[in-house]
Amino acid sequence: MNQGLLLAVNSIAMGGLLFLLASGFSLVFGLMRIPNLTHGSFFMLGGYLGISVLGKGPDTLSQVSLWLGVGGLPPDLAFWLAALLAAAALAVVGGAIERLLLRRLAGQELAQVLVTLGLSFIIADLCLMTWQGDPIPLSPPPTLRGSLPIGHVVFPIYRLATVLIAVAVAVALWLVLDRTRLGAMIRAGVDDPVMARVSGIRVSRLFTLVFALGAGLAGFAGVIGALILSVEPGLDTDMLPLALIVVILGGTGSLPGAFVGSFVVAFLENFGQAWRPEFAYFMLFLPMLLVLLLRPQGLFGRHAP
Amino acid sequence: MSLRLLAWSALALLGAVLPWIASDYYIDVASQVLIYAIFALGLNVLVGYAGLVSLGHAGIFGVAAYAAAWLVAAGFGHLPAALAALVAIVLVSALYALLSLRATGIGFLMITLAIGQILWGLAYRWIDVTGGDNGISVPSRPAPFGLSLMSAPSFYGFTVLVFLLAVLSMSGFVRSPFGASLKGTRDQPRRMTALGYNVWCIRFAAFLFSGFWSGVAGLLFCYDEQFVSPGMLTLGSSAEVLLMVIAGGSGTLAGPVVGAALVVIMKNVASAYIVRWNLVLGIIFVAIVMFMPEGLVPGSARLARWAYAEWQRRRRAPAALGSER
Repeated sequence: MNQGLLLAVNSIAMGGLLFLLASGFSLVFGLMRIPNLTHGSFFMLGGYLGISVLGKGPDTLSQVSLWLGVGGLPPDLAFWLAALLAAAALAVVGGAIERLLLRRLAGQELAQVLVTLGLSFIIADLCLMTWQGDPIPLSPPPTLRGSLPIGHVVFPIYRLATVLIAVAVAVALWLVLDRTRLGAMIRAGVDDPVMARVSGIRVSRLFTLVFALGAGLAGFAGVIGALILSVEPGLDTDMLPLALIVVILGGTGSLPGAFVGSFVVAFLENFGQAWRPEFAYFMLFLPMLLVLLLRPQGLFGRHAP
Repeated sequence: MSLRLLAWSALALLGAVLPWIASDYYIDVASQVLIYAIFALGLNVLVGYAGLVSLGHAGIFGVAAYAAAWLVAAGFGHLPAALAALVAIVLVSALYALLSLRATGIGFLMITLAIGQILWGLAYRWIDVTGGDNGISVPSRPAPFGLSLMSAPSFYGFTVLVFLLAVLSMSGFVRSPFGASLKGTRDQPRRMTALGYNVWCIRFAAFLFSGFWSGVAGLLFCYDEQFVSPGMLTLGSSAEVLLMVIAGGSGTLAGPVVGAALVVIMKNVASAYIVRWNLVLGIIFVAIVMFMPEGLVPGSARLARWAYAEWQRRRRAPAALGSER
């Protein structure tokens, strides 16, 4: 198999993962108008929690695994359970952060950004304290191991699965946003928060809900991402800029934008790394700068950030 | 007012006698405080007086240091290297300003963040030029007029001089018509435009001024450490100096200096006892934004005024009661 094709396969898988990460970021950004700088930390924390629920990593937290009884479950079931538990835990953490901290700074966007920045330092250091500095790899559960030959190309199954999960999440999110009352309220809040409030939507309650949803999605993405990337300190600051670029490219609060942006960024990152590693970062951020300068609302967005 | 004068005189005296009473380690910490104070004063021009929060100033700080270090490592003398670095600072600041001043608020913050990340990526990955993670070491410090700066006290003296220059230029700037018009663009950009001011030009000039002092701080940092590395350009580094500005009190002259002293001293001295420095930093960050959003200097001044007024009120209250009887 030639190298370009392999890179393309990896990029598609990475794009799926990025969508899981960026969709929540985009919704929070679109609705609350703040780039949540804790989002990368949610991703990393989700990965660590998932690993601990599965009983991997340092011993300190494998008690959790025993206590939850995950060890006795079939490995496939245990993996999905770990991903869902991490998502639930992060949703609670996110909801608490919104309720206890961001809520008190309502309307002060800059203060909110600074608080999320401070929180990202705190979470990063707590993770380092709990899970130490060594990278922790996670092997895919049995059904996702092996590879699938399509034509003369061999796809590793867990990478394909990442894309399928991303598509499933995208469809679910689209259904919620486009077909439910809740979704209509969120869209109204993104488009015009003042009018939404006037017409009786409790926008502040939506903030909590969407923030928890975004954090939960990031936590879920962290566990799925642990299959592709190894979970280690610094993962948060690696992933946060990627989510930021995706959302700025695609437009804040736009689901199709996040989807397209994720794959664009994943391809840029993988091919950039392979082609000229020294300028990979440059190639990643240049499109973002161009979009910010030429089309500040993003490719699919309606509002400039 | 006299209390404030007394406090500043005491600090100035401490700063003056420090080289004779402290060990080299503490003199070096003091130099670092001053370097970061210059950096924070530079950022404060934008954050405090222009109302533009940059999360990418470490890029300017780093480019200055890298330019000087690279030229010295390539065999140039310290004087041409420093001059070239100053030119680089102005050019990079102008580039930052051209790109980021198309937006304000969150947009401005994100564009500066993006440029900062690009520069960090170049420092980290463009190994042929920057040495990547290994950085570039600078074997010697400059010797202006033949005076060697290799010892800690002499370098401290040099840093004090540059710091005083920075403070002088800042206080001049705050009082100047330019400073007043910058504050005008912060509070009422539309009204300033209507009055015939070119808001963009004022902000551009402010960015150059801010970038210049941030870059000078980077240059001093490079001489102090005699080493530059991508760590200087990280988002964490930008966040740290922003914390100094906000912790001390943005839009004041003393605030950034106090903030820099607080963060640098905590980092150097407290980190010997506290392993979890980043945790402490994050908690301070959150606590200050939540409870003392105007910063420690104005915040403490407010508390002191309140306590004084309260004390006065209590002292008078019994007397007032007495007269009624």
